[in-house]
Amino acid sequence: MLDHSVSRRGFLKATGNTLMGTLAMTSLPVAILAPGKSWALELQSLTGRQGEVLLKLTRHIFPHDTLEDAVYALVVKDLDAASADGDVRNMMAAGIEHLNERAGGDWLDLDEDRQFMHVRAIAGSEMFEKVRSTAVVSLYNNEMAFRHFGYGGELGDAGYLQRGFNDLTWLPEPPAEASGPVYGSAG
Amino acid sequence: MESYENKTTFAHDDSDVVVIIGSGAGGGTLADELTRKGIDVVILEAGQLHKRSDFIADEWASFGQLAWLDNRTTSGTWRVSRDFPNLPSWICKAVGGSTTHWAGASLRFQPHEFRVRTEYGEIPGANLLDWPLTYDDLAPYYARAEDKMGVTRTNGRPGLPGNNNFKVMHAGAKALGYEQVHTGNMAINSLPRDGRSACLQRGFCFQGCATGAKWSTLYVEIPRALATGHAELRPQSHVARIEHNQAGKVSGVVYFDADGNEQRQAARAVAVAGNSIETPRMLLNSHSSLFPDGLANSSGQVGRNYMRHMTGSVYAAFEEPVHMYKGTTMAGIIQDESIHDPSRGFAGGYEMETLSLGLPFMAAFLDPGAWGRDFTEAMDAYTHLAGMWLVGEDMPQERNRVTLHDSARDQYGLPVPDVHFDDHPNDVAMRNHAFERGIAVYEAAGAKKAYKTPPYPSTHNLGTCRMSASPLDGVCNGFGQTHDVDNLFISDGSQFTTGAAENPTLTIVSLAIRQAEYIAEQMAARAI
Repeated sequence: MLDHSVSRRGFLKATGNTLMGTLAMTSLPVAILAPGKSWALELQSLTGRQGEVLLKLTRHIFPHDTLEDAVYALVVKDLDAASADGDVRNMMAAGIEHLNERAGGDWLDLDEDRQFMHVRAIAGSEMFEKVRSTAVVSLYNNEMAFRHFGYGGELGDAGYLQRGFNDLTWLPEPPAEASGPVYGSAG
Repeated sequence: MESYENKTTFAHDDSDVVVIIGSGAGGGTLADELTRKGIDVVILEAGQLHKRSDFIADEWASFGQLAWLDNRTTSGTWRVSRDFPNLPSWICKAVGGSTTHWAGASLRFQPHEFRVRTEYGEIPGANLLDWPLTYDDLAPYYARAEDKMGVTRTNGRPGLPGNNNFKVMHAGAKALGYEQVHTGNMAINSLPRDGRSACLQRGFCFQGCATGAKWSTLYVEIPRALATGHAELRPQSHVARIEHNQAGKVSGVVYFDADGNEQRQAARAVAVAGNSIETPRMLLNSHSSLFPDGLANSSGQVGRNYMRHMTGSVYAAFEEPVHMYKGTTMAGIIQDESIHDPSRGFAGGYEMETLSLGLPFMAAFLDPGAWGRDFTEAMDAYTHLAGMWLVGEDMPQERNRVTLHDSARDQYGLPVPDVHFDDHPNDVAMRNHAFERGIAVYEAAGAKKAYKTPPYPSTHNLGTCRMSASPLDGVCNGFGQTHDVDNLFISDGSQFTTGAAENPTLTIVSLAIRQAEYIAEQMAARAI
């Protein structure tokens, strides 16, 4: 049976060297950006199952309940690329094995709370730090994340002068002497 | 678009040229000022030439393009050493130096900040000294720098229009009774000027200003110097050491060119402007039998008294949206706390300046190393965050210093610099006060939750070749001329005797204008 949080996130599955899922459509801006409702990530160095563990682990480290698995999968993609280095691949594999051993065989099979208990226990380990330090960049440095969190990204390149740089209305306007004229606007 | 064509080239054995190392606020300005006077200069810049059309509206990609990423090590108790052990500073390796990346805040130091040893008295552990020049000495050059850079709220130029982030700061500051709150003195065009547009409020000040609205030596001073026919710019020229003759005068500069080949440029005088880590590193790496402890280091102060400003940031989440990333990064300032008022429990003062980070850098810098729900709750509130940077005077300490690493070597085989820093108790007391006041500003504007963000890798690197009246306790005189070597000059923030509360660029530019006059006089008098 799927628990609520999983069903909200849509479908996630690992087979062979592929990680695949569907969008939960929890974030309309991301849904608009996505080319389709389902996505798949073919891994080069990690197994699909390892990818699934890493995706879920990243969700525990940086939990954003309505952020699509498809965005977290970008972290797995970067970890997979780093695992082209044999030392990194072995370290990741050992870390995942350790997590499973702690969990009595299959960490993914535990409920969310028990999964998290083991995540806390491995915090600071080499594998955890690799996932955290990769995710803190990969998770927040992509177009889907920009839309989800509401950051303009390169849309700002053209400038916000006529596109809302001063559109805040819930506080009083600063007086003219504290601010300055908007160039190109009348008055 | 600007031209970077070298109209003139100089022979490597031409010993009549002034060699300027670095093309940022100090070096770029000096090149412009000297060439206006008809003096020939060769500019050696370690970084590549990235024209403003090459700038990238993407935080990490731009960081990869512009930042100084050569290996460095860190030591000491500062948190940067834990979170970013090989990135003590966030400065640039590019033509234009860190004026490509800077936010544009252009504040004059206050008169008392040139004589803090006198004003503050003795502070244990602090190596305080009065500057060998006064505010009045520098005032005319501040005026010229403000005009050169087009600083807002000077010379009749209007302020920049306040963005959303400023509106939040302004509302909170006024509710607390602060008086000096405005959109700052910024070297960003509020009106078109110098063939460069007015600010379009892109919000990528740190990534290089693609419109050129923000002043940078990259597209103001460097092309102007080249157009005179008295300057040659050599990008990707990484200086290894400065050489001297038997009389102890500098005679040339050895550097590695873009292909990694060692070159030597002869020089009549050398001006070093590599920022406060590379400048002392070059002097230390230039040790010889005549200067066994490094060039111009008879005082033992080269590399010491490294200052980085007391810094920290406050971000706060509000019920209503802010979208702080829209518009200028440093969009406004509160100056009331920049005074020296020891009743607050510390000497010196600090400025509060709006700051925004894009989503990628917010994740990287909000609380480095953090994870879990506290962290993601702040990120979830991204569109509802306002932010400010706290920047104040830190205490010079002898043990805070740039040294050469025992064993680590860079791509040219040169010892890499180690940057050691420990906060002084005065720095800690000031930061605590600033955090408390910053949070109070946002709470007064209705914040739900505030976040204290620790210092970023240093953007203001100062003091490692400081000015002093006496050759015993500093490296250079009030003109940046080294006490030990008449034709060797320090031309960047390394000269600063103390750091003051204000962002340093305007003062670096003002000192460079003044230094250029002095160098020209010394050359005319055949003193150098």
